[in-house]
Amino acid sequence: MAEPRAPGGVIDGFRLEEKIHQGNMAEIWRVTRPDVSTPLVMKIPAFRDSSDPAALVGFEVEQMILPTLSGLHVPRFFAAGDWSIQTHIVMELIAGPSLRARLDDAPLDPGELASIGSRVAAALHDIHVQHVIHLDVKPSNVMFRASGEAVLIDFGLSRHDQLPDLLAEQFPLPMGTGPYISPEQIWGVRNDPRSDLFALGVLLYHLLTGERPFGNPTSLRGLRRRLYRDPIPPRALNPACPPWLQEVILRCLEIEPSRRWDTAAHLAFELQHPEQVSLGVRAQRMRRDGPWTVARRRFRSVGEPNLRQSAAGQVARGPIILVAIDLASGSQPLSDALRLTARRVAQTEPGARLACVTVLRTPRVAIDANAEAEGSVRMDLLVKLKHWSRPLGTDIGRITHHVLEAPDAAAAILEFARSNHVDQIVIGSRGSSSLRRYLGSVSSEVVAQALCTVTVVKTPARESESAEPSPP
Amino acid sequence: MRIALLSDVHANLEALVACLEHARSLGVGQRVYLGDLVGYGADPGPVIDIVAEGIGRGDVAVLGNHDLAVARRISYRMNIDAQLVVEWTRAHLQEWQLALLGGLPLVCEQGGRLYVHANAWAPEKWEYVLTEFDAGRSIRASPWGLTFCGHVHTPSLYHMASDDRVAAFEPVPGIDIPLGPQRRWLAIPGSVGQPRDGNPAACYALFDDATRQLTYFRVPYDHSVPARKIAAAGLPQTFDTRLVTGN
Repeated sequence: MAEPRAPGGVIDGFRLEEKIHQGNMAEIWRVTRPDVSTPLVMKIPAFRDSSDPAALVGFEVEQMILPTLSGLHVPRFFAAGDWSIQTHIVMELIAGPSLRARLDDAPLDPGELASIGSRVAAALHDIHVQHVIHLDVKPSNVMFRASGEAVLIDFGLSRHDQLPDLLAEQFPLPMGTGPYISPEQIWGVRNDPRSDLFALGVLLYHLLTGERPFGNPTSLRGLRRRLYRDPIPPRALNPACPPWLQEVILRCLEIEPSRRWDTAAHLAFELQHPEQVSLGVRAQRMRRDGPWTVARRRFRSVGEPNLRQSAAGQVARGPIILVAIDLASGSQPLSDALRLTARRVAQTEPGARLACVTVLRTPRVAIDANAEAEGSVRMDLLVKLKHWSRPLGTDIGRITHHVLEAPDAAAAILEFARSNHVDQIVIGSRGSSSLRRYLGSVSSEVVAQALCTVTVVKTPARESESAEPSPP
Repeated sequence: MRIALLSDVHANLEALVACLEHARSLGVGQRVYLGDLVGYGADPGPVIDIVAEGIGRGDVAVLGNHDLAVARRISYRMNIDAQLVVEWTRAHLQEWQLALLGGLPLVCEQGGRLYVHANAWAPEKWEYVLTEFDAGRSIRASPWGLTFCGHVHTPSLYHMASDDRVAAFEPVPGIDIPLGPQRRWLAIPGSVGQPRDGNPAACYALFDDATRQLTYFRVPYDHSVPARKIAAAGLPQTFDTRLVTGN
């Protein structure tokens, strides 16, 4: 029999302090344990309505998946209770209201919305890389740390692609939350990480326009409308929405997962670099598709779900590759060698994208800054960068260009790689030039500090050239 | 304690030694043989020697249909080639080894787990668990929430929720799977000595009875050695090529 649940009660060594939430599925208590300084919560399933198996299985799923996740974007797991006594999950308390509180503020400013969107996308990318698809992304399941990172909570409908799906075959109705559920989830597909991008698109649309793109259907028939009926373009509802943001959101809301962003990291990238979003017909749209288009879509099936897919596998097919080029002091042969390597690396995966980066060194202490002159140097570098990448254009689907301004090139490259979820850095090394001895090596700094794979490119040297006299 | 689940060794000494060595490096405390120690391969004697020694130290083994055919001269729906191997195996075993094989139990219950070679609903009939339907039948027939069986050579995992629905899962090698106590599980570790899923690496699994985590493994070994022994013994060629292709 369960212990009495009242403030002061103790379950598995955790002292119940106060009940902070009572929901239909679970109650949440703030708890403490003398040896743990992290603020904690204990989630206890509400079995009052024990006829609902979803509540029980969802709890089982969360107990299985949460311990496998780590990092800033999930609450840290501490303990799980025994099912035969009192089952529960103890995890880190994430303070503050969820994103749901912001729905009342809609429509949000596009800049703020992009910041929220890119942080949630970064959190999704982090769990996708860890083989988990959330499958219930909605404002009430998104929290933020004081440092700004988004934290995803409630993994009761989630899927870990290397563990049994405890919800498979379990329920005849689609699992998810009406307004946010993706078209493929309506068909019972639970292995596509892009389902989370659809839900994030719904969330962003709602915060941007104050309206839900597909309403709040409660029947299966109502849910199925999103399989053929496109939403009203956000710009028609909120004139402050820039075309690039509409492009980003409508691409999240595509019916076919393959027409959405390839990965959450790609989506985060677009939201962080609005000027680099390539605008298509989605950006220009001001009204919904006409009846004929909708009717055609209605008769077309969504196609066979891809059952062999894995979350991390889908993510791996869309790597972000950063190529760092030194346009100021780099040599022509090295620049050619870099382009060759960048092409080889980016061509191995169809969803790869290449971010071409160069650094404009700025003085550490600003002395008599001439903004206009700096702007023209920056523009000049951007033109050169685009010129450098032009030969790659037809081979690689998506190329972006970035001039970073910083006193320290290595630090700037590393920061760009971290904040844009870069999977691989391609960088040139000046080899054994005398310049390197004076300036230090940017590439070796990047190799030492990077959190991802780094490929160092050298200028192919003929044997007769390779022997450089050693310094006296 | 970590328990190694080893099934369908089929007289493949090299595969068995590779799996035992792998399990030993992970701190295994007990070995459970899920049937069919012999048949197909050319090393029935040395395999039984290893198992017999283990049984003396607390290991467990259950009877498989090939073991039964060799020890008690009863064959159950075996093809001609398999029947040939049965005769050859019997001729190459000592009396005590045949007695050990013939004396193995059909099922074994230990620590809230059921070990059986083919299925739990009629262990002596050797029907295979190939679908969710079969798995459900076996799970319902088992008195325990955890059932481990062999007979089927492909690693698989089935689970049944409180509402009796069964789902199948294809395990990923090396990933710890928590077998939650609130549902019933049927685990098939796959064959040590004769994988048939296109991957020649030996299959086995480890179960930790404290954390209830099950981990499937694929252990690579030099499968050309047992294949050569099969050819040298004059046993049917299909069994040595099978080791190399894993089919």
